[in-house]
Amino acid sequence: MSFSIASPAVEMRHITKRFGPVIANDSVDFTLERQEIHALLGENGAGKTTLMRILYGLYHADDGEIRIKGEPVTIHSPKDAIARGIGMVTQHFALAAPLSVTENVILGYTEGFRLGLPDARLRVAEAAQRFGILVDPEALVKDLSVGQRQRVEILKALYRNADVLILDEPTAVLTPQEVEQLFEGLRRLQAQGLSVVFISHKLHEVMDITDRVTVLRGGRVVGVVPTAHTTQSELARMMVGRPTYGVSKPDAARREDVLLRLENVCAEDNQGLPALKNVSLNVHAGEILGLAGVSGNGQRELAQVLEGVRSCTGGRVIANGHDITNAGPDKVMAAGVGRIPEDRHESVVAEMTVAQNMALEHLDEFVRNGMLDKRRIREHAEALIEAYQIKARPDDIIRTLSGGNMQKVILARVLERNPAVLVVAQPTRGLDVGATEYVRQKLLEQRQRGAAILLISEDLDEILELSDRIAVIYEGEIMGVVSPDVDIEHLGLLMSGVHQT
Amino acid sequence: MRFRIERNPSPVWLRPLIPLLAIVFTMVLTSTLVLLVGANPFAAYYYFLVEPLSSRVSAIEVLVKSTPLLLTGAAVTFAFVGGYWNIGAEGQLLMGATAATAIGLQMEGVPPWLAIPLMLAGGFAAGMLWALAPALMRVKLAIDEVVTTLLLNSVAFLIVSALLNGPWRDPVSQWPQSPEIAASAIFPKLIPRTRLHLGFIIAVVVIILIWFVLTRTAFGLRMRAVGLGSDAARFAGIHVDRTLLTAALVSGGIAGLAGVNEVAGIHYHLIDAISGGNGYTGIIVATLGTLNAWGVALAAVFIGLIDTGAQSVSRALGVPSYLGGVIQAALLLVTLAFLLLQHYRIRRVR
Ligand SMILES: Nc1ncnc2c1ncn2[C@@H]1O[C@H](COP(=O)(O)OP(=O)(O)OP(=O)(O)O)[C@@H](O)[C@H]1O
Ligand SMILES: [Mg+2]
Repeated sequence: MSFSIASPAVEMRHITKRFGPVIANDSVDFTLERQEIHALLGENGAGKTTLMRILYGLYHADDGEIRIKGEPVTIHSPKDAIARGIGMVTQHFALAAPLSVTENVILGYTEGFRLGLPDARLRVAEAAQRFGILVDPEALVKDLSVGQRQRVEILKALYRNADVLILDEPTAVLTPQEVEQLFEGLRRLQAQGLSVVFISHKLHEVMDITDRVTVLRGGRVVGVVPTAHTTQSELARMMVGRPTYGVSKPDAARREDVLLRLENVCAEDNQGLPALKNVSLNVHAGEILGLAGVSGNGQRELAQVLEGVRSCTGGRVIANGHDITNAGPDKVMAAGVGRIPEDRHESVVAEMTVAQNMALEHLDEFVRNGMLDKRRIREHAEALIEAYQIKARPDDIIRTLSGGNMQKVILARVLERNPAVLVVAQPTRGLDVGATEYVRQKLLEQRQRGAAILLISEDLDEILELSDRIAVIYEGEIMGVVSPDVDIEHLGLLMSGVHQT
Repeated sequence: MRFRIERNPSPVWLRPLIPLLAIVFTMVLTSTLVLLVGANPFAAYYYFLVEPLSSRVSAIEVLVKSTPLLLTGAAVTFAFVGGYWNIGAEGQLLMGATAATAIGLQMEGVPPWLAIPLMLAGGFAAGMLWALAPALMRVKLAIDEVVTTLLLNSVAFLIVSALLNGPWRDPVSQWPQSPEIAASAIFPKLIPRTRLHLGFIIAVVVIILIWFVLTRTAFGLRMRAVGLGSDAARFAGIHVDRTLLTAALVSGGIAGLAGVNEVAGIHYHLIDAISGGNGYTGIIVATLGTLNAWGVALAAVFIGLIDTGAQSVSRALGVPSYLGGVIQAALLLVTLAFLLLQHYRIRRVR
């Protein structure tokens, strides 16, 4: 068919998808040209993931049609999608951790009954070479870093001859260096003929890597623009429907009293290796202390120690006048510590309702005459949903909420108690522009109120924007504490382990 | 033409009809078998499902059959909701029965108002004790309780056998069965000249209690949270280990009560077939009842019904008694399959 040469890699027309009363996609048109890197942009819950899950055969559209290279198709399952050359990498990777890279790549893509592993290993190595993906075919997936695992997922798709690759928030879990490597790889693959759908909330990445942008709002397309002809602020305005301004940091509110004190805290990681080495920090009332560092330098362990879910092997933690060294989560909360953890799924029970999760940390307060007061649980949830503008109903199962709304649930549950100390990790990861602003605004309000806030973030811009002081962590050690108007080069050196002179 | 299977919850109106549909489907499925042994399928199903309910005596017998299932179903449900996979209700039941026998044998001259509570407490404690080791191993050493609770069932059975062939062997008949427990320790009948006994009331009370605890108390919600996501529950300040331990022990205790029920309500002495498989059937009851107290009650009565029905079929039509067993098993499988399949629908495409 001669006309198909010029036709786009993917055309989706009038795609509509409902989940009960929610319209996730409302007559969406989306075109992916060949050899194009195309950003799909939109606030949390705008319907980006839903649209791509339809293309990949994980959901079925209620209405609309899909053409691939000009040919109308029906995609019943990911198997059909793969046969049509479509690959998708989701945020939660679908890899079998105990198996090797080779085994993961060929899993579900073997012909006949025999495995023929040695052959497969060669073919996988060859493919990795051809696509320029640096990964050892014999390594076990469980030993790989997040960035390397993502490369395995991409290799898996390409090995199945994908020429359309869907990446759903691929950079949310990567360090800046890994993002750079990913982009280099994508550019090279693009030159070899790959088309990419790229979903991200980070506008500078979109400006950096993509050729065109489709913006969704409330399930509808609000614009399609070539990246070269737009700006970050214009994209933000299209997404949110109003101009965005960023947050403004009010004057310092720091007081003298230290509300969170860490003295020589030591802890081990899951492998039993030292992850924190004599960490000492003071956080004052009315202050945001940012903890900067490259991912994997002990931030996660430090957050967990303060959240009460990891024990320390040495040192002391004093919060709000209480010794909470090795105290469990209940004691930590009772001392007045509010916790917003890195992994949202770690702190909410995904299969329970919004209202139940909002009450779970302090269930005793919702008991009357020995019975659960269901009315109060519900009213409590309604009040928080209203106050924090959460797009959800009290009886919604948490799992069905978009990332931004899930984060707001956690935020509401913690902030309503006006905690003296706040331990916050990656608070805006995966959140859209509007939600990010909202969360940062709320943290600043807590600072003005007089809370001592430890902000752990791998997003350096976030640290610089919000912090009163910045502590830098490297291989479990505090390299130094600097002011936010520090020279960036200097900060970079500290983050890479070069000692302050 | 192609079909595809989609995940899609069934409409609300369909849900109450599912057991009925399952029954009809099973009838069709097994009718050839009934024809093969030369009986009329319609008559067979009449005796299976309707006849037991048509007379007062046999309807009461259905309740008698469901009594131990109410207890073991409740026991399993309580553990499963908390994410503790107790497969050991059978062994816990046997230990409850053993304790009940030991106490019952000593109750000569003790008034019933004291003897019966003593036996219930003893049975509950014995079930708990039997559940303790696997629960501790799970909580302290992360050893999978499915394996340990299952293995302890055989151990419990061997202990019962040893007792019956040793110290408790009936001195008169030399059968491997214990002497009869004291008259004052026997559960009173609720209705004269039937087998319905005090145990039924106890079972109903237990069902109401677990319904209350699971749905109306903070502890119940915490247990649910642990069952659905133990990491998130721990993060929220719930003592996961303590909760699991409680779930496991209470579950064991309730299964122990089922053992007391069999000794004091039905047999009056210990035999090695005392459990009749009720510990295992409790898992089916809990699953059929979707881990919900009222569902468990319905499932227990339903299985009690087809148990009774199986006997009446073979008695009335002279068909081999195992046919009743076959139909009963088929009905269970079909019902389970229907409960699962209701979450899907088949759609024709193009
Ligand atoms: N399986 C589901 N059941 C019910 N509702 C769903 C389901 N999946 C998505 N939704 C709803 O559909 C809407 C669109 O969700 P979707 O995940 O596509 O958003 P998104 O643009 O990917 O957001 P985010 O940036 O947070 O990932 C949301 O309102 C969401 O709650
Ligand atoms: Mg998404």
